[in-house]
Amino acid sequence: MIPPAAPARMIDAPSFSTSRFRAEREADWIAFDLLLTKLEKKGAAALTSDELLQLPLLYRATLSSLSIARATSLDKALLDHLEALSIRGYFLVYGVRESRWNRLRRFFLYDWPAAIRAVWKETVIISLIILLGALTSYSLVSSNPEWYFNFVDEEMSGGRDPRATAEYLQSTLGHGKAAAGESESESGLHVFATYLFTHNSRVSILSFALGFAFGVPTMMLEYYQGIGLGAMMAVFAGKGLGYDFGGWLFIHGTTELFAAALSGAAGLRIGSAMVFPGARGRLQAASEAGRTAGKVMVGVIIMLFAAGLLEGFGRQLITDTVLRYAIGSMMLLFWLGYYYIPRREDVT
Amino acid sequence: MTAAATNAKSRAARAKKVRQFITPEGVDLELKIASSGLRFGALLIDLMIIVLTLLLFSLAMLWVGFASQSDVTVVVWMLGAFILRTFWFIGFELGSRAATPGKRIMGIRVVARDGGRLTADAVVARNLIRELELFLPLMMLGVAAAEDMASAWTIIAGVLWSLTLSLFLLFNRDRMRMGDLIAGTWVVMAQRVKLDADIATSSVGEAMLFSESELAVYGIFELQELERVLRGRDPRAMREVADAIRTKIGRAIAEEDDVFLLSYYRQLKARLERKLLFGKRREDKYASD
Repeated sequence: MIPPAAPARMIDAPSFSTSRFRAEREADWIAFDLLLTKLEKKGAAALTSDELLQLPLLYRATLSSLSIARATSLDKALLDHLEALSIRGYFLVYGVRESRWNRLRRFFLYDWPAAIRAVWKETVIISLIILLGALTSYSLVSSNPEWYFNFVDEEMSGGRDPRATAEYLQSTLGHGKAAAGESESESGLHVFATYLFTHNSRVSILSFALGFAFGVPTMMLEYYQGIGLGAMMAVFAGKGLGYDFGGWLFIHGTTELFAAALSGAAGLRIGSAMVFPGARGRLQAASEAGRTAGKVMVGVIIMLFAAGLLEGFGRQLITDTVLRYAIGSMMLLFWLGYYYIPRREDVT
Repeated sequence: MTAAATNAKSRAARAKKVRQFITPEGVDLELKIASSGLRFGALLIDLMIIVLTLLLFSLAMLWVGFASQSDVTVVVWMLGAFILRTFWFIGFELGSRAATPGKRIMGIRVVARDGGRLTADAVVARNLIRELELFLPLMMLGVAAAEDMASAWTIIAGVLWSLTLSLFLLFNRDRMRMGDLIAGTWVVMAQRVKLDADIATSSVGEAMLFSESELAVYGIFELQELERVLRGRDPRAMREVADAIRTKIGRAIAEEDDVFLLSYYRQLKARLERKLLFGKRREDKYASD
């Protein structure tokens, strides 16, 4: 077939063509791309002041190119490239946050205690739940020691049960004659401390994460923690070792139980935000609660690290009960002061 | 009209994944939600890297431990494993690309749902929940295996319950995990696209001319398919497409496929873009011209 005699040739010299548009702007896009790559690889500190000034200009030029291209061009490769470049640029230009050091400083000085203060109601509730668990098992075990075996795993207790003698129980607290012979050798302490830290962190993360099921599993988990505690206490108290056991527990327990309560509180905050979102949408309420809870959880892991150190080293090296009580109370006061004493940033 | 319906359907499906995301400059970035397949692939890659690193780390620690005869290595090993497991995702997602290696390979990233900055607490929250999503089903199985008192039905109920939590992202259109929901985040496409050469400017484009009626048979969808074939440079695909166009517009085989296709592409593009400037967007060949 022969092509028609008078072909429709209107593409000769249009005043605007997408090819010309591209040729004119392409250099900007390439420069922006290179700048972003440099920013991603080496960070904002590596850019010269000239490049830093260029960044927003090139970003805006690219976005305007994207708008024009969407309205005029049908070149898919061009559109895809501009879209990807704009998205990448947006998150780098608007996502450049403060320096790592500043962020850390703000977290420790302000964000962490503020987040803990924000969940104070939940913390009180979870503390009461732990207390309730402890009281339940305490009263049950002291009235009938057989209950103990329902609450505490045989392997976990390591012979610390109602059948044990007072001497043996005392030795597990790091006291008396038997202690010298059979307590763990000192070199094992840091392994023990690390194990406790990783184990407790995992449990805390779990009790936080379970919060989104409306907080019910979190409360159950915390109640269960209280149960184990109360049962153990009843056994020692029944043998007249309540005071010593208190010291053994207190030295790290104030930090550890506080952290446990906080992780539960973080979980409960999420759960309650999903059940009672208030005036906000359910999704927004959940995400706001999640952000507060995320900060609390970072704090919890740091607290558990401290508790692990106290438990692994402090408790095994310090055997004087009064000193144990003193250290435990100091830690508790420290945490309470750090979290709940109001500071100037609150006003602003 | 089934073909037209399929076209419209696939366009609608694509539009369903696009979320409006307006920058302060007033441009809609049209973010695309990452599919569950990509998410799963990214997770698999990350887990594989973690396991491999852990294995190498364990071997190294074992070797050091035997050589030094001290149990400090056990401490280092336990702490290292804990940090790797807990902070792998958090550490990478806090970076400027907000993506773990697995996500980078899949071309996706984490974004704050409200368009603001992706804050550290959001990243922490979304990844601590991951612990639960990944391990709860496994834990349920473990508990069931350890304790015989649980009946088979309780086990099944428990595993199913935990699976609905883990597979939560399949049940909402934004493909949010439980962790995304709580942290207020999304995972969106963020591939890099290389800027390919402008094929409409090459000199062969004017080798032959097409009449208005010959160009009027196709719309934007077909134009962009043609572009894909031209950029692919696969001679067999080009032959097929060229033949299809030739029969459609009733031309005999007279010139090379690539010359024919390039000329046709260029003139079709010019025509459709001209119409676009006048506000007429013809989506595909089924739409009216």
